[in-house]
Amino acid sequence: MLELRNVNSGYGSIQALHDISFTINQGEIVTLIGANGAGKSTTLMTLCGDISIISGQIVFENEDISSLKPHEIMRKGIAISPEGRRVFPKLTVEENLMLGAYFTPEQEAAEMFEKVLELFPRLKERISQQGGTLSGGEQQMLAIGRALMAKPKLLLLDEPSLGLAPLIINLIFEVLADIRDQGTTVFLVEQNAHKALALADRGYVLENGRIVKEGRGKDLSSDPAVKEAYLGGH
Amino acid sequence: MQLLEQILNGITLGSIYALIAIGYTMVYGVIGMINFAHGEVYMVGAFVGLIVMTILSSIGASLVPVYLIAMLLIAILVSSVLGWSIERVAYRPLRGKHRLIPLISAIGMSFFLQNFMQLSQGPRPFAVKQLIPGSFTVSESFSISYMQILIPVVTLVFMVLFTYFISKTKLGVACRATEQDRRMANLLGINTDTIISVIFVIGASLAAVAGVLVSLYYGTVRDTMGFIIGIKAFTAAVLGGIGSIPGAMLGGFVLGFTESFASAYIGGDYKDIVSFVLLLLILLVLPSGLLGKAEIEKV
Ligand SMILES: Nc1ncnc2c1ncn2[C@@H]1O[C@H](COP(=O)(O)OP(=O)(O)O)[C@@H](O)[C@H]1O
Ligand SMILES: [Mg+2]
Repeated sequence: MLELRNVNSGYGSIQALHDISFTINQGEIVTLIGANGAGKSTTLMTLCGDISIISGQIVFENEDISSLKPHEIMRKGIAISPEGRRVFPKLTVEENLMLGAYFTPEQEAAEMFEKVLELFPRLKERISQQGGTLSGGEQQMLAIGRALMAKPKLLLLDEPSLGLAPLIINLIFEVLADIRDQGTTVFLVEQNAHKALALADRGYVLENGRIVKEGRGKDLSSDPAVKEAYLGGH
Repeated sequence: MQLLEQILNGITLGSIYALIAIGYTMVYGVIGMINFAHGEVYMVGAFVGLIVMTILSSIGASLVPVYLIAMLLIAILVSSVLGWSIERVAYRPLRGKHRLIPLISAIGMSFFLQNFMQLSQGPRPFAVKQLIPGSFTVSESFSISYMQILIPVVTLVFMVLFTYFISKTKLGVACRATEQDRRMANLLGINTDTIISVIFVIGASLAAVAGVLVSLYYGTVRDTMGFIIGIKAFTAAVLGGIGSIPGAMLGGFVLGFTESFASAYIGGDYKDIVSFVLLLLILLVLPSGLLGKAEIEKV
């Protein structure tokens, strides 16, 4: 469904990604794990077109999207819950969600709206509150909900567990499993490697902007080097 | 009675400043630059109004509402095209450059438009005939001209339309989202370049309305009319908190009232000084303006 071929990208003259290649197949949950500063967010933003690539190719559903603008890429059926959540602070929860469905027909958007509120009942209680007044966990739910509103074929998530209480992390991971079971392909970027690898079908390990390992979720979590570096040695 | 008169004056002036200030504040909100050519968009709106009026009277139109609606609509149309083009030609190619660069381009655009009008129309004032002469008499010493009623009423109509658009419609929500986080809006599939164009068009439309109203009120238009009023409306936007839409409306009226009272009680020559002193005082106490937020450092 998505393939990156030898992608190089970065910020100005600083190159942050080196020859990144990976694939994501329809219906999978794929995770990308790596330490802080490894280049995980840069990978996501590059594939969304928010950071332009230096060289390489990004192919989505057999179409080269490497040189498209973010809105053109996202309209092809990709949605993101980005690093830092990026909830619109002065829009209400409802407005934030409905923006996620900017290009969905009204009827479908209304259905998705109900679904998302079912998935995250907390958002329903806060529906007319401004995004900026929500707690971190609620903002994360809102960011995921907003991404789901577009009915994406491919859902991108950047560290959805960051800074959240364990209870809320569990809830979010349950929702991700649900989403996958309903047929959405998920690409999950995490520092919380333990949970990510347990959930994912396959995973890639990123170090200093390079992919250093790949494998099935289970295999990676039992790999000694991965254990040592990302699972606290257990 | 003098008090009532000053209040009316304040409302009239405030309406004009508020209409123009919205364009400054929205453009600043979304791309973080001061559109110095905005005053000229207002001036062009006023000229278009006069041209429409002249054409209508040459074909013998007589109904006041026909004049008013035609002048407003055509001025809005022409100014919108102008606002849209200014952004496309003078600002968009410079996006992402150092923030002084588009600012200089804006000043250049302002000179260009003013000089264009000067060359094409002449460097002198043109009279605009009174559309609705006459006034109500409230008492012997006090009467209200029909124009003094028309300005706030027309302003109110456009403010209501604008407020509905920005707070309730899908496109309005997308405008606000783009102001708050442009790249995130882009990541939701929103073409933020189009949204920026929409914002220029809206700002230009409201400035055109102000231009037509002012030309009817003072009975004159000229090439340089955009300069000082542009600075005043910009002051109003800063006063209210640049980037804030309610702030621009509030700032417009605060400035309008201040000027009106200052010219009545201190003297007309001092009214501009009083406005700018007020601006300085408010910014000393509230650096981000009456309704502004503390942060804002956009590129
Ligand atoms: N806006 C930026 N400008 C310059 N360098 C950046 C920027 N954002 C990230 N980087 C650098 O790029 C590298 C990868 O960062 P990032 O993708 O955010 O890592 P991760 O998401 O894995 O924590 C880091 O070295 C970081 O310092
Ligand atoms: Mg990151």
